[in-house]
Amino acid sequence: MSIDERDIYEEHVLPHYEDPYHRGHCEVATHAHEGDNPLCGDVVRVEIELDDEGRVRQAWFEGDGCTVSQSSASMLMERIEGMTVEELKQFSAEDMLALFQASLTPNRQKCCLLSWRVLQAAMHSPIDGEDEDAEVDSFGGPSLSEES
Amino acid sequence: MTVTEAFALDAGRFRSDFPVLTTRSRSGAPLAYLDNAASTQHPAAVIDAIADCYRGYYANVHRGIHTLSEESTERYERARKTVARFLNTEHARELIFTAGTTAAINTVARAWGSANVGEGDHILLTMAEHHANIVPWFQLATQVGAHVHFVPLTDDGRLDLESVARMLDALRPKMFAFTAVSNVLGTVNPVAALVEMARERGSATLVDAAQAAPHGPVDVREWGADFVVFSGHKVCGPTGIGVLYGREAVLDAMPPFLGGGAMIHRVTTRGFEPAPLPEKFEAGTPPITEAIGLEAAVEYLGHVGLEAIGRYERQLVERAEAGLREIPGLEILGPAPEHKAGIVSFAIEGIHAHDIAQWLDTRGIAVRAGHHCAMPLHQSLGITASTRASFYFYNTPDEVDAMVDAVGEARDRFRKRGRKRQ
Ligand SMILES: Cc1ncc(COP(=O)(O)O)c(C=O)c1O
Repeated sequence: MSIDERDIYEEHVLPHYEDPYHRGHCEVATHAHEGDNPLCGDVVRVEIELDDEGRVRQAWFEGDGCTVSQSSASMLMERIEGMTVEELKQFSAEDMLALFQASLTPNRQKCCLLSWRVLQAAMHSPIDGEDEDAEVDSFGGPSLSEES
Repeated sequence: MTVTEAFALDAGRFRSDFPVLTTRSRSGAPLAYLDNAASTQHPAAVIDAIADCYRGYYANVHRGIHTLSEESTERYERARKTVARFLNTEHARELIFTAGTTAAINTVARAWGSANVGEGDHILLTMAEHHANIVPWFQLATQVGAHVHFVPLTDDGRLDLESVARMLDALRPKMFAFTAVSNVLGTVNPVAALVEMARERGSATLVDAAQAAPHGPVDVREWGADFVVFSGHKVCGPTGIGVLYGREAVLDAMPPFLGGGAMIHRVTTRGFEPAPLPEKFEAGTPPITEAIGLEAAVEYLGHVGLEAIGRYERQLVERAEAGLREIPGLEILGPAPEHKAGIVSFAIEGIHAHDIAQWLDTRGIAVRAGHHCAMPLHQSLGITASTRASFYFYNTPDEVDAMVDAVGEARDRFRKRGRKRQ
């Protein structure tokens, strides 16, 4: 990590980690999804309210895990409010990594992309049809932890 | 640290044998490689032995009548004898080369297991096992309708011999498979005593020595187990090779596992007769250069001295734990240093293991973070992940101190301190 990177952590990543945007539940959520990464134990749940025109009125998350998985979820919630479903679909993994700012090794990119994957799935998971147990997806995490 | 200790060996004498240890990390800091429980590094003697084989005399073994094949065969079989001596086996033919610990345990679970474990039978493991010594037994259990059980650990991460005895008495398992050294807690188990207890109750034994073989002498005759397994890449040897030791009578009675070339005596249109030991369990072209590399590795370790390696690593563990204990909120997993081999795992309240490991990486310090392929153990400890520093004889006290300092920094950095989003 270079000096610049350390500043990004201090000024951008860690503030989102400690003082997250919309961590909690969305009482009027229309869509929700939860995903985890069993390899490192990161969990993120995303709850969003879409208005009649298919625009994100509110986005909330809950979760537990490393600074990267949790701060990136906060950044994502802050970023997507006001976006249309179409815009959300266009919001790519590269966009997510750019939003995070600090550069990440491939293994830690997976931590950063957890909330993004959960969000993509949430758009297809309207609350009515939600079956709690079936809603948890497991995504690949850092293979760091998997060899020894 | 102010105490001056007399160290059991001088790491500086060996470091220059390891080309990678002279490299720098991406951050520019000197590399402090403290992930030896995952895989160790290679001295030039091992790298050269492999290169010499490829450059000078490589050919397939046991097949050709030509000179190269004869030389390769001779060197491959010499490697078997050397590694057999490393384990003090009675016969070299009790030493089967496999692809690694995982392959060796699967061989036993499939071949020995399907011949000896049936419906309603029990298999006993400990809570500290690596997934490699859990999953193959679950696979066997599912196939034949047997049951897998785990001996719980004491609060300080050790095996309580009375619990083991109770479970052996109650279950009378067909197999008691356990690790000699925990890859997470570092706990050294009393292998000979455990084997004895199992044998008295008619249970076969498999000892996972993947974390024991690197850190001290292994004497399979003193242990007395039916099977002992370990991996080359954790004893300064190459990947793709490991060892399955089995007592001759046990291996003779066990059906072959993989079928193919080299493991047969004769094949006809009606069937086959298996070859005698050790070929019976070495189907296909074996890991030839890998075996030769492993031979060079165990010879190198013999020259360093396995007793001294064990004592030195304990000194490094003591030093690391004394430093880590000063860090608020940090909990060291497992027993006191005198019961450990070269491994210190810890967790810091409120800080994820991956954040700690990444911070250490910025300082050029390689440690591992996660569940280390021991999810049941972490579940029993009530945590999802831990950070593990694992030492080898080429690590220095200075590297240990740098690791402790960097963990302290990581704790300060990731500690919540009222930062606000802008
Ligand atoms: C105790 C233990 N058993 C088994 C293994 C598996 O070894 P391998 O991956 O070399 O097959 C390891 C290390 O990875 C280990 O530490």
